[in-house]
Amino acid sequence: MSEQNDAMAEIRASFFIECEELLEALQDGLQIMDDGADDSETINVVFRAVHSIKGGAGAFGLEFLVRFAHRYETVLDEVRAERLAVTPDALKVFYQAADHLSDLVRISRDNLPAPEEQTQALLVALNAFLGEDGEVEEAPEEEIDFSPMGISLDLGGDGSDLPDLDDLPPLPPLPGLDEPGTRRYLIRFTPTAELFETGNEPALLLRNLHALGEMRVTCDTSEVPELGQLVPEVPHLTWDITLETEAEEAEIASIFEFVEGLCRLDITREGDAETQIMIEGDMETGETAGAVVAAAESAAPETTDIAVAEVPEATASLPEPEPVPEPAKEPPVTPASAPPKPAVQAPPAAKTIVRVDIDRIERLVNLVGELVINQAMLSQSLEQSGLSPHSDAMNGLEEFQRLTRDIQDSVMMIRAQPVKSLFQRMSRIVRESSGAVDKDVRLIVHGEDTEVDKTVIERLADPLTHMIRNAVDHGLESKSARAAAGKPEQGQVHLSAAHRSGRVVIEISDDGAGINRPKVQQLAIDKGLIPADAMLSDTEIDNLLFMPGFSTADKVSDLSGRGVGMDVVRTAIQALGGRITTTSQPGEGTTFSISLPLTLAVLDGMVVEVADETLVLPLNVVVETLTLEAGDVQMLRPGRNVVRVRSGFVPLLDLGGALGYRAPLEDMTGAVVLLIGQEDGSTAALMIDNIVDQRQVVIKGLDESFHRAPGIAAATILGDGQIALILDPSDIISNAMSMQLTMASQSRAEGAIA
Amino acid sequence: MSLEILAVDDSRTMRDMIRLALLPAGFTVHTADDGIHGVEVLDGIEPDAIITDINMPRMDGFGFIDAVRGQDRHRATPILVLTTEAAPELKQRARAAGATGWIVKPFDPEKLVKALHMIAS
Repeated sequence: MSEQNDAMAEIRASFFIECEELLEALQDGLQIMDDGADDSETINVVFRAVHSIKGGAGAFGLEFLVRFAHRYETVLDEVRAERLAVTPDALKVFYQAADHLSDLVRISRDNLPAPEEQTQALLVALNAFLGEDGEVEEAPEEEIDFSPMGISLDLGGDGSDLPDLDDLPPLPPLPGLDEPGTRRYLIRFTPTAELFETGNEPALLLRNLHALGEMRVTCDTSEVPELGQLVPEVPHLTWDITLETEAEEAEIASIFEFVEGLCRLDITREGDAETQIMIEGDMETGETAGAVVAAAESAAPETTDIAVAEVPEATASLPEPEPVPEPAKEPPVTPASAPPKPAVQAPPAAKTIVRVDIDRIERLVNLVGELVINQAMLSQSLEQSGLSPHSDAMNGLEEFQRLTRDIQDSVMMIRAQPVKSLFQRMSRIVRESSGAVDKDVRLIVHGEDTEVDKTVIERLADPLTHMIRNAVDHGLESKSARAAAGKPEQGQVHLSAAHRSGRVVIEISDDGAGINRPKVQQLAIDKGLIPADAMLSDTEIDNLLFMPGFSTADKVSDLSGRGVGMDVVRTAIQALGGRITTTSQPGEGTTFSISLPLTLAVLDGMVVEVADETLVLPLNVVVETLTLEAGDVQMLRPGRNVVRVRSGFVPLLDLGGALGYRAPLEDMTGAVVLLIGQEDGSTAALMIDNIVDQRQVVIKGLDESFHRAPGIAAATILGDGQIALILDPSDIISNAMSMQLTMASQSRAEGAIA
Repeated sequence: MSLEILAVDDSRTMRDMIRLALLPAGFTVHTADDGIHGVEVLDGIEPDAIITDINMPRMDGFGFIDAVRGQDRHRATPILVLTTEAAPELKQRARAAGATGWIVKPFDPEKLVKALHMIAS
């Protein structure tokens, strides 16, 4: 039994996983409906999602989930039947219901108390679509449960196994009616052709009837026509059954539930004419129906008494239903004696999904990481051994390198997931937060199929939630302000994901008023974050939003004013190896752009040397490399140089100096410069001493106990076992630039004082 | 009595439940994800009875029953409709499509086994 329980627990767990998928499909469907698509398949998908959740919930006795899903489904069914139009208001309720359904699923999974009030409120909202009928509390599902199966439960003895008809002892003479509890019924049963067409079988009905008690059966073959007039598929037989049983009429009738309307059925309790139950067949079928056939032996016009065991033979000889699988000699009630059929493997579904414990994948990722390191070490030692590059060993090594890379890619793919689930959560955040501040907001999502490492997705949820709330709360204006600005009342928030040069870029943009820069700057001055006379560019002002302790909201609202500022968002993004930037147009809106690595585990790196230190830069940010020649570098002012690259100038930064490894170089001739492309499209140049190699490195995160040095993203172990720091060039550049800027403004300020 | 059953349901949970209900009874259970898949699976087996859901993508239960009944060798194969909907017109439609019987979800495993014993031999 515990095995059974385990299996149930497992199915329960998989039910909740399935629920997640169904809820996702539900959200998708609603989104498509929201976008104005009007195809019937979408509403079917939406309906089926709710329907399947209800079905599974019922199996696990998740009563409140069933109740809510049922009502939701009823309303959706109205839509499906085109009795209810999908208005924006209706969609709003559907979305809320979907959100609530997802809450209920979670609550059920975690065995939390049901949120009665909320459920009730939404049930009322849903009922509103159903009109008056909906107000009536529907009968609980149990009442419409299928009842005939109850019959054998009440049987004495071994009710679990129906007796085989041919094993029955000869019927004893009918006992008198005086036996306590035993009643005698006279049943007359005439099947129609449809009974056979639906795969029902008189022999089985008789067998099931027999399970209720003692019976005698006679087959009336009087209706069977002459052989010449016989239509093979038209039944002509009638059975008269005398049944002695303790069962009620209802139980007897329940045996015929499936064939109700497909036969003529009279059930009379002997000696009590009042209790006659009649189930009439469809009279229209009388033309085609009639009476079956039977072969020679049933051609006898007079009523023939036949024993129960013979009944199957009589039916087996009917040409209809077609190939009755059992041989005539072997009554159909003994399939146990038939040789077991070989289990034919069902063809696999188009897409097979294996659920794997994330720990196992982590382990695999780690091992692959070690493999990459090991492969690098091997390459290095083979190269140093002076083997010919055309030797077998070196060729094999090349192949090994390729394989390692393929394995790594494949493993990474296991961890990759579309950002869809994350984005769907955001659409809920938009709905809830816009409701809380009374704004009409539409979330438009792009690129939800973009795949990102699962860990990244999980750790992105909080910062993204915060940013979406910010966009709704602070980014978008109030309805009246929008109207005054000549904008549509409904605000838009765009959320997009895309792969861009080896990274994932997620953008959150609103069509609100844009960042109020004077206000931001004033706030920063008031809070003492910047000097009162600081001359800041727009970008620099925008970046003030990310400073710790900054908040633009005049008053703390329900939503974003929770003491969590954008600085926390930035920290979270940085912890993922990402960067966040913002652009804003007054009156047109604000865009936050998050750039993330695809994976947290490995990196295509460029290994460089600076002042005898080995460092690694992400390869994907290096746009170009060049060697400096005399005259390439122009000094703007002390400490600030630019380098001429083709027709333009690019700010130049000495990496050794910026990291404090050495004093700024006097003579830069012969130094190597890396042109670094930044997210905002600008370019900066980093000066290094030498490029060593470009290779994959395994990212080893720096422990929390290390001070988070600006510009340092992580560390790695190189092929020779040496440890090298992995840089975040953009961070280094922006730090160095802002430091220069501060110094410049300070010197300006000092100049002013002097 | 060991029967060979084909269960068609788009819900993985429901397929698992059916399997869990029928395997201890000694049944052989094949499953399919929807009507079209069901027809494909049916091609390789000779089930004693078929259980099918109604609401499914690609091909629903009605379509599936139709397709099964359209095959000569399955004209008399018992088909049990497994549905959360107990509406009479739905039963009527299922029957018109050729279903042998129906059972309402959530089902009691014992009842399902008995229902199958009742309609299949």
